[in-house]
Amino acid sequence: MNPWLNHLPILPVLLPMLTGTVLLLSSDSRHGPRTALALFATLAQLVVALALLALTDGQLDGWPGGVGLYALGNWAAPFGIVLVVDRLAAVMLTLTATLGLAALVYSLARWEKAGVHFLPLFQFLLMGLNGTFLTGDLFNLFVFFEVMLAASYGLVLHGSGGPRVNAGLHYIVVNLVASLLFLVAAALIYGMTGTLNLAELPVRVASLTAGDRQLFDLGAALLGIVFLTKAGAWPLNFWLPAAYGIAVPPVGAIFAILTKVGVYALLRISVLLQDGGVAPAPFGGDWLFYCGLATLGVGTLGLFSAQKLSKLAAFLVIVSSGTLLTAFGFTGTLLTGPALYYLISSVLGSGAFFMLVEMAERNRTQVADLLAISFEAFGVESRHDSEHPDAMVGVAIPAAMAFLGLSFVSCGLLLTGLPPLSGFVGKFALLGASLDSLPNAPVLHVGLFIGALLLSGLAGIVALSRLGIRVFWDVARPTPHLQWLEAGPVAALLLICVWLAANPEPAMAYLASTSDSLYDVNAYVRTVLPIPQTSTP
Amino acid sequence: MELILSLAIGIMAGSGIYLILRPRTFQVIIGLSLLSYAVNLFIFGMGRLRVGAPPIINPVLGSNPALYTDPVPQALVLTAIVIGFATTALFLVVLLASRGLSGTDHVDGVEPDNE
Repeated sequence: MNPWLNHLPILPVLLPMLTGTVLLLSSDSRHGPRTALALFATLAQLVVALALLALTDGQLDGWPGGVGLYALGNWAAPFGIVLVVDRLAAVMLTLTATLGLAALVYSLARWEKAGVHFLPLFQFLLMGLNGTFLTGDLFNLFVFFEVMLAASYGLVLHGSGGPRVNAGLHYIVVNLVASLLFLVAAALIYGMTGTLNLAELPVRVASLTAGDRQLFDLGAALLGIVFLTKAGAWPLNFWLPAAYGIAVPPVGAIFAILTKVGVYALLRISVLLQDGGVAPAPFGGDWLFYCGLATLGVGTLGLFSAQKLSKLAAFLVIVSSGTLLTAFGFTGTLLTGPALYYLISSVLGSGAFFMLVEMAERNRTQVADLLAISFEAFGVESRHDSEHPDAMVGVAIPAAMAFLGLSFVSCGLLLTGLPPLSGFVGKFALLGASLDSLPNAPVLHVGLFIGALLLSGLAGIVALSRLGIRVFWDVARPTPHLQWLEAGPVAALLLICVWLAANPEPAMAYLASTSDSLYDVNAYVRTVLPIPQTSTP
Repeated sequence: MELILSLAIGIMAGSGIYLILRPRTFQVIIGLSLLSYAVNLFIFGMGRLRVGAPPIINPVLGSNPALYTDPVPQALVLTAIVIGFATTALFLVVLLASRGLSGTDHVDGVEPDNE
């Protein structure tokens, strides 16, 4: 294996950091070079992520066992800080870079100019995201979380305005408190086990005394609460619809993956702590299952309450978080592969949806929305109901409207899990896997899971068609003008989903091996700690 | 010393939690600051309390761990202070922006009617 390839894992952190710094320091007047640099850096991250995907799969003479290790400063694992790349991390990196590239291209059309420092903040957000997926150290997880959140605070306020600042204020307070809890949790875990290295944790936990174990479990529970807050689990998600619904569209699109960071961290830590039969409450089992179910329920109810498409998109994010949490709370590991497939498809779908919503709602005023609602509520005849029913017949559909309509339907199918797109494949695989795990899992869980999944899909399609009819069949509105820069990314994201649905086998096979390697904790620990550890605390 | 430290952490955390549940943005930011002080002291305490023990190895004394205090929590506290300071400063800016845009210091941006 080429020795230079060993340095690949650090690039997803270094590239956006350096790019962000250069962008921050360069003057705003150099618009062309700045844009080119941001695009190039994001594209490079995608290439690096794809290379890591291949390396973890054993191609290009990749790492043995599919787990790559990068020791910063070449300090060995328990003392130094390490980055660990396994299949799951590589998948998440690729997803981040894909979504990031699409959101960045979209933002170049107009939103980047809605405020200052969009491009550097965007790069720092990518840095935080990539770092979170790569780090093999609990405290660095905190640091990368903070990098990601600090950038997201700036981005959620991008474009400014009263409602945005107000929603941003709540978002910041909730996340600051969650960060403080993270610190308490990390300190407790360090105080009890004497390590912050994720691979060393299971080794140390096994040898804790009963008293220390209680405090450790407390730390783990706090950590779980932090991740559930980030994942948007009920009852910790009241900040989410307001913040996501009000953020500018490209920011909303990249935020679609922010909740999945919480899900990822939860999955990663739960697997590591499950080794040897130790799994603290918030990380798995019944507790997580019912929490996920409640999230799914609240998200589904929220779908009906949403009066704006951007709010609806935010609730769809909660629904997808709920589905994932429920799946990970399930007994057994059969659901992990399909859940990851669902995660990819739902992140791409909601990313596209956030961008689409703004294009579809362009040229529409708040007043029109309000009127439409009150017409509906009071049964008043709408303005253009049956005045000239034939007037519209035979009128050519403008290309922009055709594109928007088609994309909207695709997004709807993706996010609610109807055939033929990848959302359906994901949900179908989830349902199949839940039935397969029947002898081990309680029948009640399987029934609840299937019922909740199908109901949330039905609710999604009802809510989407209700708002879709209002937005798209509003004859009085002028046709929105789209730019290629805006339509392109949405189309690209949807085409990826179409490809995922058309060729589910390679993706599913890769994700199944992802799930296998994720649960192979020994391989992870052996890669990170090559020297056999004596379990003395 | 343990009692003093735990009392300090407890009082600051309690006041902080009370303050972040208050309706004014200024109270919230003071609450967040108090909470972060409490958390920083807590991290420090997790390295076990030792009086007069340095965290850095002294070549004269040798590398016997019993002579030294745990350096890791001190490094963590430093990082936590820096990050906490930065995010609090950022929150302060948002607070001022919210005050300027809405004309009130209520966290919801509107004055409740019954006041």
